Amino acid sequence: MTLTTRRTWRATRTLAPVPVPRPRRRYNLPLLVGGTLVVVIAVAGVLAPVLSPWDPTAIDPVNRLKAPGGGHPLGTDRLGRDVLSRILFGSRIAVVVGAVAVAIGAGTGVTVGLVSGYRAGRVDAFLMRVVDGLMAFPALLLAILVVAALGPGHVQTMTAIGIVLIPTFARLARAQALAARNQEFVIAARALGASDVVVVFRHVLPNIAGPLLVQSTVAFSGAVLAEASLSYLGLGTQPPTPSWGGMLQEARDVLFVGPWLAIYPGIAIAAAVLGWNLFGDGLRDLLDPRMRRGPR
Amino acid sequence: MPFVVRRLVTVVPTVLVVATVTFVALQVIPGDIAQIMLGIDARPEDLAQLRREFGLDRPLLVRYVEWLGHLARGHLGTSISYREPVTKLVVERLPVTLSVASSAMLVAAGLALPLGVIAARRAWSPLDLGVLAGSQVGLAVPTFWMGILLLLWLAAATPIFPLQGYVALSSHPLDWARHLVLPAVALGTERAAALVRLVRASVLDELTRDYVRTARGKGLLGSVILRRHVLRNALVPVLTVAGLQLGYLMGGTIVIEQVFGLPGLGRLLLQGIYARDLVVVQGAVIMIAVMFALLNLAVDLLYAVIDPRISYD
Repeated sequence: MTLTTRRTWRATRTLAPVPVPRPRRRYNLPLLVGGTLVVVIAVAGVLAPVLSPWDPTAIDPVNRLKAPGGGHPLGTDRLGRDVLSRILFGSRIAVVVGAVAVAIGAGTGVTVGLVSGYRAGRVDAFLMRVVDGLMAFPALLLAILVVAALGPGHVQTMTAIGIVLIPTFARLARAQALAARNQEFVIAARALGASDVVVVFRHVLPNIAGPLLVQSTVAFSGAVLAEASLSYLGLGTQPPTPSWGGMLQEARDVLFVGPWLAIYPGIAIAAAVLGWNLFGDGLRDLLDPRMRRGPR
Repeated sequence: MPFVVRRLVTVVPTVLVVATVTFVALQVIPGDIAQIMLGIDARPEDLAQLRREFGLDRPLLVRYVEWLGHLARGHLGTSISYREPVTKLVVERLPVTLSVASSAMLVAAGLALPLGVIAARRAWSPLDLGVLAGSQVGLAVPTFWMGILLLLWLAAATPIFPLQGYVALSSHPLDWARHLVLPAVALGTERAAALVRLVRASVLDELTRDYVRTARGKGLLGSVILRRHVLRNALVPVLTVAGLQLGYLMGGTIVIEQVFGLPGLGRLLLQGIYARDLVVVQGAVIMIAVMFALLNLAVDLLYAVIDPRISYD
């Protein structure tokens, strides 16, 4: 008897009785924090010429490797360029690469996915095999392969990341289009004589816009990270254009002399990725009625 | 046909697709391939010799079929920068990449499993919210930046971890482990951040199931319920994602090898790109992608061990 009681006590002690449901919160914190970070980075990019204390590409041999402080709040690099100004201008690259890559990935992927899911049959089988082929590569490897073929550079990086993003969007759009194609609003539109293009883009697409929007924010953070990785490897944005990944690459040779060069650009990348990830999470909660927060 | 054989057969089309995409990407590039490989200052006779050597003067389709034939026999061509067979270069570097990827996976699993289980057991407590917030930050930190910070704070400050390089397992096991710790932590932490959320969600989901209530009702110890029942069920989706993440790690090693100066496949690939040695690039890309396919296969085969409900007969 004693043993049973003791066991029961231990059981309740080591395992929570029943998992508590997710508490409702008044505010969508991820959306607020993520949205703030995203807006701050976008504004920093737009207002970079106004906010930057120095020209981001101006070389100043006298002030090379100056520690943070004084006229250079985040220090200078080995060519004497101001780190803060380069980070501010680097946010432009991050935002532009992210936006263009997502536009390429989502534009192509969603079109392929919608056509594939809506038409089904042989078109679907062929397009999905192509998508499977792209998915057979680890994402970064595929991006590197495309850059190896096109050559390093800003535009090539955007194209490479855009291509890498295509399969995810295609798969998502296809699954949503497959689910939508036999729903009544689609059948009704078809019965009214709407063409396939009209049905797909005017009726199916708006109905699946929510998940695609959330995916776009996640893809954006992935694109920022991929651009930074490619630039770090010397394959992305080329010097002297300031990019966060490129700044970390330049910091490699003077890592122990100027550690600040390796710290601040990394914080900028992490903040941007965190911002877009949180924004996506918040957006998903907002668009999902089951997860909607607020007072009961 | 047994499942293992059937599943092995499915790797063949994947490899074929990978090979084709790689070939097309690197052979249909804008400009003259010979000029790209030898540079703009190359002498016309060198260009002509390279074109002859690589069959660049023949139709693309003929080259493709011939190249596939070589590939099937394990010949990846001869590197123009190393003057050695690419197969040899790739095989030499494969253990380094596999060591980094597998030790990173070990770090990821070692962090994600206990943290995910603890977070699930104390769902929505400050500890759980801390784990969730930590995983968001972990996902946002680029692996190469993490590597740089580790170099800065650990490798430079302590004599335990070397700054750069690699020692083979066969020559000195302890040194091998010392060289792998920081790359594995840099690469594994980010994957742990992704896995921990899944472990937590999966365990939380299983804890609400009827069989847990039954087990609890018959007086089983909480730790026994967790270990023998909940974890076995919760690990199936975790393993699927972990398997996919191994592929991600194969990609991630490319950057980490560069940070820590590890002579693996990723570094070979980058050196190939820097030296415009397309034969090396082709070989390294195919090898990494094939390893990705084989790792996914291994994960598929592992399912049955973890979940006996999955039968492959």
